[in-house]
Amino acid sequence: MKRVTHVPYSQLFEIEGKGFLHAGKVSSDIKAMLKELGIDADIVRRVAIACYEAEMNVVMYARVATVVLELTPKTIKIVVDDQGPGIPDVNQAMQEGYSTATPEMRELGFGAGMGLPNIKKNSDEFRIHSTVGKGTRLEIIINVN
Amino acid sequence: MKCLRICPTQALRVRHGKATLLGDRCIDCGECVRVCPNHAFVPQTSSLSDFSGFKYTIALPSPVFYSQFGKDVKPSTILGALKAIGFDDAYDVACASESVSIAIQEYLDKNETPRPLISPFCPTIVRLIQIRYPNLLDNLIPIESPMEIAAREAKREKMQQLGLTEHEIGAIYLAPCPSKMIALKNPPRKKHSFLDGVMPISDVYPSLIRALAHSEQTNGKPDIRGLGLGWPIVGGQVASLKAEDSIAIAGLSDVMRVFDEIENGRMKDIQYIECHSCPTACVGGSFNVENPYMARGRVLRLVEKFGQEPCQDRQKIRDLYQKSFFSLVGRIAPSPVQPLDEDLSRGIQKMHRRHQTYEMLPKIDCGACGAPTCMTFAEDVVKGDVEADECVFLAMKSFESISTNLLEVVGKHSKKVRGNIAR
Repeated sequence: MKRVTHVPYSQLFEIEGKGFLHAGKVSSDIKAMLKELGIDADIVRRVAIACYEAEMNVVMYARVATVVLELTPKTIKIVVDDQGPGIPDVNQAMQEGYSTATPEMRELGFGAGMGLPNIKKNSDEFRIHSTVGKGTRLEIIINVN
Repeated sequence: MKCLRICPTQALRVRHGKATLLGDRCIDCGECVRVCPNHAFVPQTSSLSDFSGFKYTIALPSPVFYSQFGKDVKPSTILGALKAIGFDDAYDVACASESVSIAIQEYLDKNETPRPLISPFCPTIVRLIQIRYPNLLDNLIPIESPMEIAAREAKREKMQQLGLTEHEIGAIYLAPCPSKMIALKNPPRKKHSFLDGVMPISDVYPSLIRALAHSEQTNGKPDIRGLGLGWPIVGGQVASLKAEDSIAIAGLSDVMRVFDEIENGRMKDIQYIECHSCPTACVGGSFNVENPYMARGRVLRLVEKFGQEPCQDRQKIRDLYQKSFFSLVGRIAPSPVQPLDEDLSRGIQKMHRRHQTYEMLPKIDCGACGAPTCMTFAEDVVKGDVEADECVFLAMKSFESISTNLLEVVGKHSKKVRGNIAR
């Protein structure tokens, strides 16, 4: 794990696309850290859901991604940067129920078109930027207080 | 040192030859009791003489008990033999398990949320949720355990029959594991318990074997029957429910994986999850004498023989359910592990320092320092409990650099000395 030092605590994680075997590991690790800090259970839950959905999007669609967790006493920021197909119409993708999931993904219980809207719902601030053919960057901020 | 590795919540440290337990992390699973070659962990159990103050004693053996003897020994014979070894009466718990199964079914049918509901009958699972998954406390189904229901019913019957008060009757549970005992002493919900004590199955076993050899008597009641007999094995609860989309999980690492998924917002289409801390469920409890696989085989045989015919009238149990006969009241409070620091910004700094310390360590979790993993050792260093050079690898490194310097000095000096001699 590489380290960045311009904020009180930051940690870099990597996710491999199609890595179903380890899917959910990053969000579990982040969740465990927040619990160790004694952060409120409801906030931990929101971070876990947002982070897990983002992680699963990477696993299902992208080649590889980095996740940077930045922790300050006021906010939890998670930036997910993937190299993948990108999203042609972000507004459409943000609508509940819209999904491009394959039958295999649906078989695993994903693809209800709730991923991105669910991330947004659980975040206090949410930004998405996507370039077709290059990748997608999500910024998720959840306030601690 | 075996305990160090087996502890699922990293609650143990072995320092200066002694094991210490970080109580806020312990989930009472009893794994350390099981593996310690020196028997350093002794659960506080009771013996029959502790109950001499009661006018009347009733043994309530966990249904696991029926699986601890030869295949031809019937449950009713076992209950009879319990009377021969000093209890005034013995009361079957499997039948209460069947009632509880019906109550769970009613609860599932009448309450749509939350989902999935989680079984609360393994005390270690309840502790795990209190400590690590406070978000899932509301998913624990608020239904009383079979051992409580059985104790309440047994006492009520005897009070009527013998004209005794509740406190004159001692109800003693014969338990397959220490967690049941700890749960009784330290219940997650503050409430009255009808149980007065717990004895390990292993303590009762020797005298019961002798009693069984001498008598083939039964206690007169018809043979124990119903699906409650299957409760001690993985899937026993689920098999007694009608609910589709119910699953059974056993073994703490798998349970934690599933709990992580539920916290991530998954598995909402699952109705009920039967959870066991032991990988083989209650037949795998550390107080049992028979190995879990033989015991499981016997449970399956019992279910085949006696399980199909119910012991309870379903409608009667439903009516009791309506009257809150099975309801657990009061919320279980979370009991989170002590955070890295009470102050969040200091906590974040400590997390940073822990990471830096961790990066210096060999990351092989050798346990020689007395902490179970390099990460927990780094945490102990940051908390100020230990010095970093208690890690043999770090100590060796500093020894190496000292000795390199020393060799250099010695080398220079001997050159000089040799020069002097040559001159």
